[in-house]
Amino acid sequence: MTVASPSDLQPPAPNNQGPSGQGQSLGLQPEGWLRYLSFSLDHKVIGLQYLICAFLFYFLGGALAGVIRTELASPISDFVSRETYNEVLTLHGTVMIFLWIVPVVNGAFGNYLIPFYVGARDMAFPRLNAVAFWLIPPAGILLISSYFIKGGAAQSGWTAYPPLSITTPALGQVIWILSVLLLGGSSIFGGINFIATILKLRRPGLQLMQLPMYCWAMLGTSILVVLSTPVLAGTLILLSFDIIAHTGFFNPALGGNVVVYQHLFWFYSHPAVYIMVLPAFGLVSEILPVHARKPLFGYTTMVYSILAIVVLGLVVWAHHMFTSGTPPWMRLFFTIATSFIAVPTGIKFFNWLATLWGGKIALNSAMLFACAFIVNFVFGGITGVALAQVPFDIHVHDTYFVVGHFHYIVYGGTVFVIFSSVYHWYPKFTGRMLNEDLGRLHFLLTFVGFNLCFAPQHWLGLNGMPRRVAEYDPAFTTWNQVSSVGALLMAISTLPFLINVVVSAFNGKPAGANPWNALTPEWLTSSPPPVENWIGEAPLVTHPYGYGTPADRIDLGNATGEQIWGDSRR
Amino acid sequence: MTSLAPATSNTPELSSGEATHGSSHAEQDHGAHSDARLFGLATFLVADGMTFAGFFAAYLTFKAVNPLPEGSNYQLELLLPSLNTLLLVISSFTFHRAGRGLLRGDGPSCRRWLLITAALGLAFLGGQMVEYFHLPFGLTDNLFASTFYALTGFHGLHVTLGVICILIVWWQTRSGGRIEATSPFGLEAAELYWHFVDGIWLVLFGILYLL
Ligand code: HEM
Ligand SMILES: [Cu+2]
Repeated sequence: MTVASPSDLQPPAPNNQGPSGQGQSLGLQPEGWLRYLSFSLDHKVIGLQYLICAFLFYFLGGALAGVIRTELASPISDFVSRETYNEVLTLHGTVMIFLWIVPVVNGAFGNYLIPFYVGARDMAFPRLNAVAFWLIPPAGILLISSYFIKGGAAQSGWTAYPPLSITTPALGQVIWILSVLLLGGSSIFGGINFIATILKLRRPGLQLMQLPMYCWAMLGTSILVVLSTPVLAGTLILLSFDIIAHTGFFNPALGGNVVVYQHLFWFYSHPAVYIMVLPAFGLVSEILPVHARKPLFGYTTMVYSILAIVVLGLVVWAHHMFTSGTPPWMRLFFTIATSFIAVPTGIKFFNWLATLWGGKIALNSAMLFACAFIVNFVFGGITGVALAQVPFDIHVHDTYFVVGHFHYIVYGGTVFVIFSSVYHWYPKFTGRMLNEDLGRLHFLLTFVGFNLCFAPQHWLGLNGMPRRVAEYDPAFTTWNQVSSVGALLMAISTLPFLINVVVSAFNGKPAGANPWNALTPEWLTSSPPPVENWIGEAPLVTHPYGYGTPADRIDLGNATGEQIWGDSRR
Repeated sequence: MTSLAPATSNTPELSSGEATHGSSHAEQDHGAHSDARLFGLATFLVADGMTFAGFFAAYLTFKAVNPLPEGSNYQLELLLPSLNTLLLVISSFTFHRAGRGLLRGDGPSCRRWLLITAALGLAFLGGQMVEYFHLPFGLTDNLFASTFYALTGFHGLHVTLGVICILIVWWQTRSGGRIEATSPFGLEAAELYWHFVDGIWLVLFGILYLL
């Protein structure tokens, strides 16, 4: 491959002012790092605000996981009280889902990348965007503060199933609801913005089927957000009535119906698993072609798979309720529908493999995490399909098998992609490279720790260890201790990562505009990019994956967008 | 609905990307795009509609599987709510008249119809209050009573917001105000929202009162 030295595509922007002072039109914006504490309207600043804020919550959620695994290192409840264990478990799940995964893969990377990918200078509604971000810190602080009030935080898990959520201390649960409502609102505002940006703000001449795959992933995700999150909001409002006003929507003692809660809850929360994983699919589809120097395999099938997942994802929710007295016809329908999701998911999986196949693979940290994602995800996907089969699910529902399943998807899948993305885009964010040795050490510790922590949980679950309890049968001790050691390794693995991102921000090798010789539009500008993304015209990138094609051989350092993309094939 | 230049409008929440840039750059790049704000609002209304859809689904399920306990009281009168339905339907047409007035450049007519629409909305709310006070059951009496109040209350909240929006629009259509024939976004947004609230009521009326 003869990619010319990319050097600097654009003269580096000396300050944050675009030409003719567009910077001012974004309002009174502080300069330097203070921007990140301001009500900035710049999508790149907002993206990084999401990223940093979510990482802070991630470390908190991780510490909570540490408490859980410490408690579970022995079969008796000795490290914390049972009530505290329930609170910690609930906070851990809520923080990880609503304050870490969802804001990072949607808010952070979405805001940073989508305007670049559609050739726009910002999101469709910059002010709504800033509002969406600034709902998150107060919601998070509110949630955490509930731990310190009388009665403590919510104890009913991230699902808040009644009657448990009605009978545990009320104040913590109400605060939990309020905070999830705020986070849901933030998520909906974000979703509206992404849909409008992708559909309405595309650079003239850019067709939908020419967009980088992450745009499709975010479009699909945002549709799910807009359709399902409001249902959760409505449900939680009804739940709060049950708690505060003593209505009986979900209270059997008052003639209510708990199963209705479960239906409504999972109508959001199954799509929510795709809200957490579809964007990761998109991100990994950007990363693999760059480091394998090959076009993304099967672009069109990828797009239709995403759309199929969106549609199917909306009609499979009751696979979480096979033990809730669901009638046989319902079981049948939801088993079949859920099993069908394996088809588009499998298509994506094989497309990624085919992208790698015969590529010129650079096994750097970004690629290591991306490849490990494929491995972990396929395992989690297989256990998922297994769980969709009623006879099997009845055996392992609410056991550690389920915990193993979704951690393989959410951690092994999405979190691995998040790390991969950080290694991939950090040079763009900061203008400096991350240290590869530390990156590989981080990967090794994470990969070993992760599998050590979560693989044994499948075995534990199959043998009947229930989830969400602080005590267990001593027969399960050994594998729980293995799991806890894995968790310790994962905790240690964040150290090289933290050192890397902090030290490299000051001492990293200068990255230049396009250190990976990548072809997507965010690399066709300086690192970090100027306020309105490009100096001069936005490039028209119609073949974002032209690696190994004529496009790849043009002198990227001096070419214009049109020259690069004009004669290339996807 | 419109293909007007986004230009100067500065609507607090939904200011468009174009509006904040307003530079030669932005015009060059986005000039060909239509205004995304109404589209954004429509997307939001889809989300809002899903909240109602969740409530409706809950109500219908309760109705299908949770029998009303012995001796509990859940009876609805039809007369007043039917009148209310009529008011709301008419108000959709009056709002439409207001919009036509604005586009014709007939400010006074536009503002008159806006006030009529707001009055109809207020009358609806008043009617609902009267109904609330005459119903023989309270919020926590039984499952259906709770669902009834939650649903109609949530919808009433939407109507209240709508009336406030109409009054704001009315204020902004005064001569020299922000909304004019060439920049009707505010009015169009409020109108879209009002039709939505109206449509939701029709579904609600069908499910809650007629079914
Ligand atoms: C794609 C990303 C996925 C994510 C993020 C995910 C996440 C989750 C989560 C969080 C749970 C636990 C729910 C609880 O608290 O009980 C769960 C359970 C389940 N998942 Fe997945 N999952 C994914 C993929 C799949 C796939 C591909 C399938 C099947 C084809 C599947 C089938 C199931 C089933 C049937 C359960 C219910 C198990 C039970 O509660 O007994 N999942 N998943
Ligand atoms: Cu699911």
